[in-house]
Amino acid sequence: MDPIIEKHTISVLVDNEPGVLARVIGLFSGRGYNIESLTVAETDAEQKLSRITVVTSGTRMIIEQIKAQLDRLVPVHKVRDLTDEGPHIERELALIKVAGTGERRIEALRLADIFKARVVDATLTSFVFEMTGAVDELDDFIGLMRQLGLVDVSRTGIAAISKGPAAL
Amino acid sequence: MSEKLTGAEILIKALRDQGVDVIFGYPGGAVLPIYDALFKQNDVRHILVRHEQAAVHAAEGYARSTGKVGCVLVTSGPGATNAVTGLVDALMDSIPIVCLTGQVPTHLIGNDAFQEADTTGITRPATKHNYLVKQVDQLARTVHEAFYVARTGRPGPVLIDLPKDVQFAEGTYTAPQEVRHKTYRPQVKPEIARVEEAIELIASAKRPILYTGGGVINSGPLASQLLTQFARMTNIPVTSTLMGLGAFPASDPQWLGMVGMHGTYEANLAMHGCDVMINLGARFDDRVTGKLSAFAPGSKKIHIDIDPSSINKNVAVDIPVVGDCAHVLEDMIRIWKARQKQLDKAALKSWWAQIGTWRSVDCLRYQRTDKVIKPQYALERLRELTRGRDPYVTTEVGQHQMWAAQFLPFEQPNRWMTSGGLGTMGYGLPAAIGVQIAHPDALVVDVAGEASIMMNIQELSTAVQYKLPVKIFILNNQWMGMVRQWQELLHGSRYSESYSEALPDFVKLAEAFGCVGLRATSVDELDGVITQMIETRRPVVVDVCVDQKENCFPMIPGGKAHNEILLGPDDKPGQATPEEGMVLV
Ligand SMILES: Cc1ncc(C[n+]2csc(CCOP(=O)(O)OP(=O)(O)O)c2C)c(N)n1
Ligand SMILES: [Mg+2]
Repeated sequence: MDPIIEKHTISVLVDNEPGVLARVIGLFSGRGYNIESLTVAETDAEQKLSRITVVTSGTRMIIEQIKAQLDRLVPVHKVRDLTDEGPHIERELALIKVAGTGERRIEALRLADIFKARVVDATLTSFVFEMTGAVDELDDFIGLMRQLGLVDVSRTGIAAISKGPAAL
Repeated sequence: MSEKLTGAEILIKALRDQGVDVIFGYPGGAVLPIYDALFKQNDVRHILVRHEQAAVHAAEGYARSTGKVGCVLVTSGPGATNAVTGLVDALMDSIPIVCLTGQVPTHLIGNDAFQEADTTGITRPATKHNYLVKQVDQLARTVHEAFYVARTGRPGPVLIDLPKDVQFAEGTYTAPQEVRHKTYRPQVKPEIARVEEAIELIASAKRPILYTGGGVINSGPLASQLLTQFARMTNIPVTSTLMGLGAFPASDPQWLGMVGMHGTYEANLAMHGCDVMINLGARFDDRVTGKLSAFAPGSKKIHIDIDPSSINKNVAVDIPVVGDCAHVLEDMIRIWKARQKQLDKAALKSWWAQIGTWRSVDCLRYQRTDKVIKPQYALERLRELTRGRDPYVTTEVGQHQMWAAQFLPFEQPNRWMTSGGLGTMGYGLPAAIGVQIAHPDALVVDVAGEASIMMNIQELSTAVQYKLPVKIFILNNQWMGMVRQWQELLHGSRYSESYSEALPDFVKLAEAFGCVGLRATSVDELDGVITQMIETRRPVVVDVCVDQKENCFPMIPGGKAHNEILLGPDDKPGQATPEEGMVLV
């Protein structure tokens, strides 16, 4: 009976003080938890709050443990399991550089249009696309670009928020 | 009002306002302004240790025996790194400590300056929380916050790193009353619905057990009283972890002794066979549970803990109750009485009868002889000869520690100081110093092994300087006995590097430090030596030459279940210890 591995997206509201990210990352590495994606940025400059979004996986017991451990860190205000709490939106932004000429270049541009990726830089031999979307949409587009001259990708990791009017 | 003070003065004022009367430390370049400020006042006493690790252990001994926060002051770089073992020790055993470290001036941080270390980086996983103070006006607030964080919730060590320029800079003081922590508010009062569920479950039990831990002691003496009250009104048997000894009086007939790897037969079998387990402030540590899949198989479990992350960490429980032990016990007693609960008398009677048959096994028996001092016998004599003197006991780590836990009775909390979670050899002597500082007239004994005591032996000098009459009771078996025991059991008796070679003459060593040295080599000498030790109002080192081959039983080998407990040397494990057991520490 293999325990079921679940994937959860967790939002953590923290004081934006030095070392807070190191505390969170150290917690995950020190206790052997997975990090599939982790993003952080200040979301309230006045109150000096940052929001960390972490995607992690583990058994139910581990997921609960991760939340309890996060909550125990002194600078943490709130921990919310978006996956548990109902419908939410997850988005990621990617910058994708593709180099090439001729038919491949035209095909890349055509696919970008279909995937609603924007051209944010162009030369005669390259494009940089900006694309925002769900993780697997980005994966699909990047997969296609791989065959058309992909040279570089930069992804932000996942930002997530619950649906409806309620705040974190 | 807003009189200007230097950072060092602000620090001392803040410590005083936090009720600090003693600080354990060691000076160095990066804390000289603080030492200067200490020099100019008389409220905070400084105890000069001989190694920074010992400063933290001494503060732990002080904290554990008083319930107050222990305070440490060390310099940057090596001062801070030397303190790390003590910090982790306090973290594992939930001991409230505030550790102040010097740091190079802010403009040099990151430049590999002389005696610079990334102290907050190094100690992040070694503390409950830590701070680097870069502005003098943040200093007082940070100190007050640090004490609050250290003592509330699940207690632990908090470190404040203080750059030297901040110690010199002038700023204003903030009083403790003006500081309220932004985020940290541990839950101390339980959800009543959960307590009610717990009471209903307990009342339905046929074979209940109270499994208590260090959380009861950390909660304060009231929790111990309430535990005793609840246990007596329900007649539920009580066991405890290593850290919880003393919360329930050892002389009480309901006391089963310690649970776990070297716990008693009756405690372990009662844990295995119970139908309702009430975990009060313990954490299902691997030393207690043994093989997880066979841990108390038929039981429903209630877990009362102030730290939500302790719940469902190792063992899934049926009723979690988050709260401080004293608060929860108060509610439990009130609800039990209000609902006029009673346990099934017949069931409880046969449970006690069953426990009686386990007890009659007399699991702590050992071969008595007058040819050689058995370590257990030495502790029995220590127990008898210190009876009525309310001794405080610290230990080092090894067989002697487990024997002390088995053979010394603790009637009250805060009398037993041992390194449980980290198992730090070298803990006992400095911890005893901290206890003696807090209780100058008490009898304080460090039950030691000859190997462990060498790890912080330099602290004899501290004991002499401050005229602290600590007693170092070495059960000298000339082996790292606990290592040898594992090698015997698990590694074909290949005693690799576990013999204590080239030992010093402990009597002469004691004398060289200015302590009194005593030795007992035979059973006849033992009582006289112990009596002399007790009566000497000076630090005493006693070299008790004990049986070199004795092993510590009962023992549940790693990866085994409670009911696979070995009772003595002739008791062989049913099958060779399984691979998964071998890899366990
Ligand atoms: C700092 C540290 N290093 C190593 C160990 C591993 N260890 C546990 S018990 C022990 C032997 C202790 O020997 P001694 O102090 O003579 O006690 P005994 O077991 O003989 O009573 C060792 C090496 C430890 N617990 N702590
Ligand atoms: Mg030894």
